[in-house]
Formats: sequence, structure tokens, C-alpha cells
Amino acid sequence: MSRKTKGYLLNTAVIAVALLIFFFYRNSMMEANNKNFRLSVIPSVWQCCYLIILSASLNLVLGFMGQLSIAQCGFMAIGAYTSALLSLAFERAGFYTDKSGFNFTVVLILSFLNAGLLSALVGLVVGIPALRLKGDYLAIITLGFGMIIVNLINNLPFAGQNGLEQGSASSSLYENGLGFSSKQQVAWVFLAILITLFAVTIMFMFIRSKYGRAIRAIRDDEIAAEACGINVSHYKVLTFVYSAFFAGIAGALFSCCNGSLSTGTFTFANNSILNSTFLVVMVVLGGMGSLTGSIVAAVLMFLLNRFIKEGEWLSSAPQFVQTIFGYPMLVYSIILVIVIVFRPKGIFGHNEFSLINLPADLKRIFSKKKGKEAGV
Amino acid sequence: MTIFLSTLMVGLRLGSIYALIALGYTMVYGIIRMINFAHGDFIMVGGYTLVFTMPVMTEKLGLPAWTGVVFAIIVCAIVGVLVELLAYRPVRKKGTGMSALITAIAMSLILENLAQAIPAIGPNPKIPQVIFPASSLTLAGITIDTTTIYTIVVAGAMMVLLTLLVKKTSFGRAMRAVSENKKAAVLMGVSVDRTILLTFAIGASLAAVAALMYIAQYPLVFTTIGSSLGLKAFVAAVLGGIGSLPGAMLGGLIIGMAESFTVSYISSAMADTFVYLILIIVLLIRPVGILGKNVREKV
Repeated sequence: MSRKTKGYLLNTAVIAVALLIFFFYRNSMMEANNKNFRLSVIPSVWQCCYLIILSASLNLVLGFMGQLSIAQCGFMAIGAYTSALLSLAFERAGFYTDKSGFNFTVVLILSFLNAGLLSALVGLVVGIPALRLKGDYLAIITLGFGMIIVNLINNLPFAGQNGLEQGSASSSLYENGLGFSSKQQVAWVFLAILITLFAVTIMFMFIRSKYGRAIRAIRDDEIAAEACGINVSHYKVLTFVYSAFFAGIAGALFSCCNGSLSTGTFTFANNSILNSTFLVVMVVLGGMGSLTGSIVAAVLMFLLNRFIKEGEWLSSAPQFVQTIFGYPMLVYSIILVIVIVFRPKGIFGHNEFSLINLPADLKRIFSKKKGKEAGV
Repeated sequence: MTIFLSTLMVGLRLGSIYALIALGYTMVYGIIRMINFAHGDFIMVGGYTLVFTMPVMTEKLGLPAWTGVVFAIIVCAIVGVLVELLAYRPVRKKGTGMSALITAIAMSLILENLAQAIPAIGPNPKIPQVIFPASSLTLAGITIDTTTIYTIVVAGAMMVLLTLLVKKTSFGRAMRAVSENKKAAVLMGVSVDRTILLTFAIGASLAAVAALMYIAQYPLVFTTIGSSLGLKAFVAAVLGGIGSLPGAMLGGLIIGMAESFTVSYISSAMADTFVYLILIIVLLIRPVGILGKNVREKV
């Protein structure tokens, strides 16, 4: 058995054990009817799940292909609205009444798939013209597309207040057919975890395949890649569509754990946790070109956001600190600038985290530190 | 016919403001090949400076309100220089184009949110005082707002001054040299860093003037005032050919016209979408813009 296979087996085994432990933990908590678990831990798991998918999918474009796209939240919006409206339509048609059982599972699969597919389709339409440009122009054009997407959803007559009914769509889509209550979130939490695992695995397979090698070659030198016979525009559009698909899936997860949707959530720079800049912060922090880095950074940034929003330490801090932390985007953008200036490669750089390499990595880091302390 | 003419005037006015902002984008892009996303937020800085200095000017000193623009220009220039010194320069010295771009986006967000965190500004919009007293001229049966005339004249004057600066002065020569080839410019005794700093200061000052003209017409200042204005001005700069001064002016006027005619004749909700569509079409058909020069990539 090669070292690579051993590594895969080890990682899979550890993930499986962790899932099993979480399963028993959840059951015991459910029996004990622990309120903190239901209202705080489980929603956090859901949020982490879609943040992980989002940052990993953005990393495909930003980190592995080296193109800055700021339309990711637009694709997420498409996924969220598609899945919510679709499930709502099924509910109105009487296909399912309570959120469990076979019929609901079918609807769930359908709406997740459609969310991803529609986002991918829009990604194709956006990507073919947009990816002819690069650098600053690509950033601006994707910014424009992101705004157009949100603008269009705003003007859809059927995405209004009550969903599927006439109404001004700029406000929320209430009575979301897919929206889970806190109890249903506990019941369906493995759906979120499994979808995340599935998505991340597929993305890993993508970057380890010949496609992944091709897009990394494009990142390093576009002209050289073209000279080696790589069809640059084909691979660029392919990766863009691939990434949009997963952004759509993340959007569907988002609409599952939120009772209501509003297009304001998906704009370029709002003050909530979800916007395209926040995603860029996650990718840069984790390391452009490291999927595991994106996962770690997504969880870290989620915890930081929680720490800022709900931390009790804040009320005892001086006034000006409180004011600054009242605007989390300020903190995130400062983090972004600091990371880019002082550690441009982020936490992991181009490397992936793997348990089999852990002892060797630790040894290396430790010896490096020792060397520094000794003044070598 | 009257609707057409008034739409035309609105378009000219908006276009002049976009052109002023686009000039700043174009200058900075021309010299460091990076889009300064924070440029739109310099307008916000200028706007708030005007809100705070204009009452002082009129009440304490008895000067007309628009003289507050002097302070706005100074503050904007300082902010522009600080942004370059604290963020862009360190990243440019060691990072790639991608990290410079990400830093620019981050700086724009920092400025916007920092303004909100300052207690005197806060998240609520502020209403500045009247800058130019309302009056109008009637020429051959058409009534024109004086603010509109001032805006067009100021934008035209700025454009002429800037062209003279770039073409006739030694600083302008240095700017052109740096934009053409940084290494060669250093060998000719041009201080690249100082030239870039001054370019940032000039670009930001133009944003302050644009802020004056904008809030003279639309008296409301808020922290995100610059993001959509800046984006449209950027579209104008790209349309005209980024790096070209007359191009910025032309692009600004075209975008202003497009917006005002869409609002008058099609729908006000679609105006922004239409402007972005223009951007997308231009980038696809002629990425270098109307007056831009086509530079081939060499290996």
C-alpha cells in the first residue's frame, strides 16, 4: 500500500470516527433536551457547513486558478432562491406536508441539485464572456455581474414577500418551504455535514486530477500553459462553472437554515457575515491554493464573527474598541490587509493538511522555532 | 423636446461628475497599473469634510459655502497619500498583482466602515447646507440650472488644467516616464515613489472637487456614497480607455448620458443595470476602451 493510499485511509477513518462521536453526542444531547445545543451548537454547524463549501469553491477560482471573482455571493443567491422557491412550489402543490418522510427527501434532493445546476448554468453564461479578461477587469466585471444577479432577483415578480406570489421582491421571502426550525435543524444536521463532505471530496478530486494540474499551470503562467497545449479559456470557464455549482449548493444549505431570505444578504459589502469580501478574507487567510486551509479559515472566521457579535468581553472593553468592533467588516478588512502584507500565503500556503504528514510537519515547525530562539 | 433637452443637461452634469472621478482612476491606473478601489471612498471623505467645514466657512468667516472645498482637497489628498503609504506601497513592493487588488478592495471597505465608526459621522446620512443658491438661466427658451453650468465648467477646467500639468510640467513628464517604464525612469533620475504619491494626492483632490459638485446637486452624504459613484466612474474610465485623460472625460459624458436617458425614457430601476451592461459590452468588444492604446503582451 502506497503512502498516498495510507494517508487517504487514515484521514477517512478519522473523519468517520469524528462523525460517529458527533452522532452519539447529538443523540445524548437530544435525549437530555439540551437547549444550548439546539439553539447554539447546531445552527453553528449549519453555518460552518455552507461557509466551508463557499470558501472552498471560491478557492478553486481564486487560489488554484488565480482569478479574482467577486460574484460568488451572486451564485449563492441563485442557489438559495432556487431551492427555496422550488421547495415552496412543491409544498403549495401538496407534494409534502410535514418536513420529514420520503416525499420531503425527494424534494430536498431535487432542490439541492437544481440550486447547483442553475448556478452552474448562470456561471457558464457569466463565465464565457467574463473570463476573457483577467486581473482588475475580471474583478470589476464579476462585481458588476454579482450586482446584476441581485438586481434581477429583486425584480422577479414571483420571489416576493410570500414567495411565488406577486409582491415586491426586494424584501424577504417568508414562509420558506425549505426553512428548518431549530428542532428540524437538529434532525437534519447530518444532511448538511454529508453534503459538505461530499462537496469538499469532489473538489479535492478535481484539484488532484488533470484538470486541477491544468488550472494550476494557468495560475503560474498563462502563456506557458497555453504553449503546453492547455486550452486556457476552456479550463477557466470549466473551473468557474464548477465553483458556481458548489456556491449554489451552499446557497441551498443557507436557505435551509434560514427561515427567510432577502437579497440584501447577498450584496457585495453588507455588514453581515456573508458577503463576497468576507469570502475572499477566508480564502486568503487559509491560503490561496489550499482547500484544507479554506476549511480551517472558514471555521476560524465563523468563530471570530461569533466572538465579535456575541462576545460578552466587548461590553467591558473601552468605548473606542466597542465602536470599532461594532463594524465587523472593518475588523475583517484590517485582518485581510495585515495577512496580505505580512503573510501573503496565508496559514497553509499551497500545502494541504493531512494527518499522515502531521508528525513530520510538527517536527519541522518545532525545530524551526527552536532554531529561531537559539538565534540561528 | 423639453424633456429631451433637460435630460441632456442632466446627462451632461452627471457625466461631468463621473468624468472628474474617472480622471482620478485613470491617473492612478496609468501610473501603477492597479485599480484603486478606494478612489470612490475619497468622494465620501471629501463629502464629509465639506459637511463639517462649510458651516464654519459661511458662519464664522463669511465666505461662500463652496470655499470649504479647499479643506476637502487637503483632507482627501492626505487620505490618498496615507492609503498609498500604509497599504499599497508595502504590498506592491513584495506582492503580486492579485494581492494588490485584494488590498485595494480591503482599503475601500476599511474607509467606509471606519467612517461609520467615527462618532461624529455615524451610520446615518447627513444633509449638507445649500452650496449654490438655486437660480437658473434661460437661453433661447431653455432653462438651465446654474449648478449644472458650474459643474460642466469646473469639470472642463479641471480637465484642461490636468492636461497642461501632464503635458507641460516636469512633474507631468516624470509621471509619463514612470507610467511607461519604472526602471528606466529611475535611471533618468525620477523618484518613482514620490511621483506615485503625488499622483495619488492629485487623484484624491479631484475626488474632493467631484464631491463638491455632486452634493451641490444631491444634498445627502452617507458612508457608501462613493461605492456606486466610484463604480460608474470606473466604468467611464474603462469605456474611454483607462490611462487616457480625454478618454476619461469622454467616457464620463457617455455614461452620464446613458444613465440620464435610461432614467427618462426607460426605467429608473434599470439605470444601474444598463450602466454595467455597457461596461460588459465594452470589455468584450474593445477591452482597451475608445481612446486606449492596444498593448500586446510580450514573453
